Amino acid sequence: MPAAPATDPPLLEIRDLRVHFRTPAGVFEAVGGIDLDLTPGEVLGLVGESGSGKSVAMKAVLGLLPPQARVTGQIRFRGRDLLTLPEREMRRLRGGRIAMVFQDPLTAFNPVVTIGDQIGEMLWLHDRALSRRQLRARTEELLALVSIPEPGRRIGAYPHEFSGGMRQRAMIAMALANDPELLIADEPTTALDVTVQAQILDVLRGLQARLGIGLVLVTHDLGVVAGMAREIAVMYAGRIVEAAPVDDLFAAPRHPYTRGLIGAVPRPDGGGRGPLVAIEGSPPGLTERLSGCAFAPRCPLAAARCTAERPALRALGSGRAACHFAGAPAPAAAEAAR
Amino acid sequence: MARYLLRRLLAMPLLLLGVATAAFLLGNVVKGDPLASILNERQMNNPEVVAAAKARWGLDRSMPERYAIYLGNLAQGDFGTSFRTKRPVMRDLLDRLPATLELVFSAMLFGSVTGIALGVAAAHWQNGPADHGARLLALIGSSVPVFWSSLIALYVFSVQLGWLPGAGRLDAAIRPPESVTGFLTVDAALAGDWHAFGNALGHLVLPSVMLGWAVLGIISRMIRASMLDVMQQDYIMTARAKGAGTLRVLLRHALRNALVPALTIIGFTFAYLITGAILTETVFSWPGIGSYAVDAARALDHPAIIGVTVLGALAFLTANLLTDIAYVFANPRIRLG
Amino acid sequence: MISGTRPLRLRPPAFLGARLPLAIGLGVILFWVLAALTVQFWPLDPPLDMVGRRLKPPSAEHWLGTDALGRDVLSRTLHGARFSIPIAVVVVAAAVALGGFLGAIAGFFGGLLGAAIMRLVDVTLAFPPILLAMAVAASLGPGLENAAIAMIVVWWPLYARLVRAQVLEVREREHVEAAVAAGAGPMRVLLRHVLPLCWTPVLVNATMDFGQVVLLAASLSFIGLGATPPTPEWGAMISDGAKYFYHWWIAFGPGMAILIVVLGFNFAGDGLRDLLDPRTE
Repeated sequence: MPAAPATDPPLLEIRDLRVHFRTPAGVFEAVGGIDLDLTPGEVLGLVGESGSGKSVAMKAVLGLLPPQARVTGQIRFRGRDLLTLPEREMRRLRGGRIAMVFQDPLTAFNPVVTIGDQIGEMLWLHDRALSRRQLRARTEELLALVSIPEPGRRIGAYPHEFSGGMRQRAMIAMALANDPELLIADEPTTALDVTVQAQILDVLRGLQARLGIGLVLVTHDLGVVAGMAREIAVMYAGRIVEAAPVDDLFAAPRHPYTRGLIGAVPRPDGGGRGPLVAIEGSPPGLTERLSGCAFAPRCPLAAARCTAERPALRALGSGRAACHFAGAPAPAAAEAAR
Repeated sequence: MARYLLRRLLAMPLLLLGVATAAFLLGNVVKGDPLASILNERQMNNPEVVAAAKARWGLDRSMPERYAIYLGNLAQGDFGTSFRTKRPVMRDLLDRLPATLELVFSAMLFGSVTGIALGVAAAHWQNGPADHGARLLALIGSSVPVFWSSLIALYVFSVQLGWLPGAGRLDAAIRPPESVTGFLTVDAALAGDWHAFGNALGHLVLPSVMLGWAVLGIISRMIRASMLDVMQQDYIMTARAKGAGTLRVLLRHALRNALVPALTIIGFTFAYLITGAILTETVFSWPGIGSYAVDAARALDHPAIIGVTVLGALAFLTANLLTDIAYVFANPRIRLG
Repeated sequence: MISGTRPLRLRPPAFLGARLPLAIGLGVILFWVLAALTVQFWPLDPPLDMVGRRLKPPSAEHWLGTDALGRDVLSRTLHGARFSIPIAVVVVAAAVALGGFLGAIAGFFGGLLGAAIMRLVDVTLAFPPILLAMAVAASLGPGLENAAIAMIVVWWPLYARLVRAQVLEVREREHVEAAVAAGAGPMRVLLRHVLPLCWTPVLVNATMDFGQVVLLAASLSFIGLGATPPTPEWGAMISDGAKYFYHWWIAFGPGMAILIVVLGFNFAGDGLRDLLDPRTE
């Protein structure tokens, strides 16, 4: 990781986070020991296919996993380990200093409660002294903040009366209600129309910069984080396979999976870099974690060593990568991949 | 949905006509001579008395004539005259309605509150002891003959333990409060007669609990299923992410949504309440419509039986209609969509 | 249309698995059917004769005590099966036959006749079941046979609706169209190709309805519209016990019998549903 200035303590430090799910069929590992750092006011992109454990890891930060999940390791927020925090204090953090934006705003809003009341509840839960009038005024401010027209009128609308883009704006407004220091956005644009996606990202980017919020942007789409994040971590099968500053990652991806993702996703600036190559196959399910490198079955570089020995995440240049062949210069490896 | 409601509303008059006709047929296709339940044996042998009785009760007219008169009377709220009490059936029913309503309301209150609490608990501790306990309680409640469980409860709690007063609405020694609403508990409270209030409330407890038990089962199962479904929804995660506590998530976010589908069973539970009320009132000597119906049936008092039956069908149809309306209004997506 | 439906279906505890409730339910049913058929040969006191002192609480001699006429309550309770079980069989069978027949006609042929049948169903279902049963029973006069007729009147519309819905669905299937195309007459198509596919929900419902019929029959007898004394019918026995309220054991036996029978049929019906149609719930 790039050396952060010593005066700037990390906002979020995750060390060796592991999540196991106990099911009737056995215990499965969803997250297999990940490290992540986020400095205040920065944007971290957490990228991976669905089932890679990125959402599970972020829900672990907020303590939102179901009871059958066992979470170990450390999640330090401003130096305090959230995993050892009593539920009472955790509840104060949730929606207060740490907020979350979910993937599908239609299902993430309670269908029988007005948008205004749902945002108002977020405020009230963290400041019970607020009067009805103050709640309403603040809610209108928040809706205006995310550029929802006529907030005074929209406040009494039900979620299904909003368009998809407006709902996600409202969701962002709700997340920002209590001036959080850390915002976790879990696939915030995936459920939206393509044309609306860019607008929502604009809103998110603008507010993040203006309010100085630390943002973890979880997505399966490298294109989404390319223009926003300073740092990107790529997850595969519950582990981080590569992490690097955004420019280095795009310029010289060291893990074949990252290279595949870059190949599979057109650059946001429109400039292609070589032919579009989709990664063949699909990631392993929870029940079929392998002893070697989890990516080996799909990897163009896979050798005998890859299925026998899991590559460790090691420092390489400005970032880290977990591949036995990651030492090789990127272009050559890419060449070998063809 | 609005169109569906409209269709339901338009079908109501036809259904009511059908109900009235069916009731008329039931009352007039009687095996044996209806006069037998009006006159005694000696009177039956006196042709003059028989003719007079026939004229008085309209039994000398032809069937279509009687049908027309019956429908006309019914439209004016005239259910005829009871063979047994010799009073207009409508008056009898109105006199006894408050007692039944008080019982049914408090049974519904007990059944819904306990049923919802049990349903929420069962869903929250799914497959735990609370869940199994609630399930067993519900199953027994719907399988047990209420006239028997009422007897046993009366014996245990009133006779053996002496915790609760026995049958009836009020101890004989207590003067009933001035009738305002007809609900003894409410009237006693209005009159400031707390002694009578306590006594009336005590009398209300056992029949309400026994009657509410059957309903409790239906409601708790419905709420549980509905809650389990709702708890999987994304907005529950959102509510937790907002920092809401478990109880708030369960009650304000989950239950509020879970209640919408549960509303569909109000009409359903109503059938149980009517059945239960008839049998419970009989056991508890509760002077309501249920015990009136049973007395009428035992005495083969056909005008009274028909009156109760028509009233019951009317209440049943209304309950079903209200259920549909409530369902529409509880769900903003349907109401506004 | 009326959304209210009749008998309640509650699922027996899931922790018992799918087969165990079925086994328990079938065991209970088997016991009572056996009792209904052979109880007169069991080594019991005669149900109608005075065999001991009056109103004696349960003892080694009379396990469930004696009633006001000195009759053995256990013997009378077991003999009660001879009334409740056959009534349930007759009522459910008749309701299935009548309702199934009319529902099949309404579903398969539709038209004016079908509409008329379904309006009749609507009107019948508009009555609270017990009130309709009471009114019918009262106009026919007391007696178990009349109570049975009253319950058939109450129950047939449920099967008419059920079978009609099934027929409407099955009618659209390919093999039915193929049979029509092959020139089979409508009655033949209905009987050979449609109805055989409708029996699963009917069987499940019927199993549970046995319990509900036992319950309603006992209720009618309790009110005084079904069996009359000295018949050892459960409802009538409880009614009798209510008069000797302080001697709780008179009503205890028959009440437990009803509870066990109804629970048994509920268990069996539920197990059957899981076995035959795992899709539902």
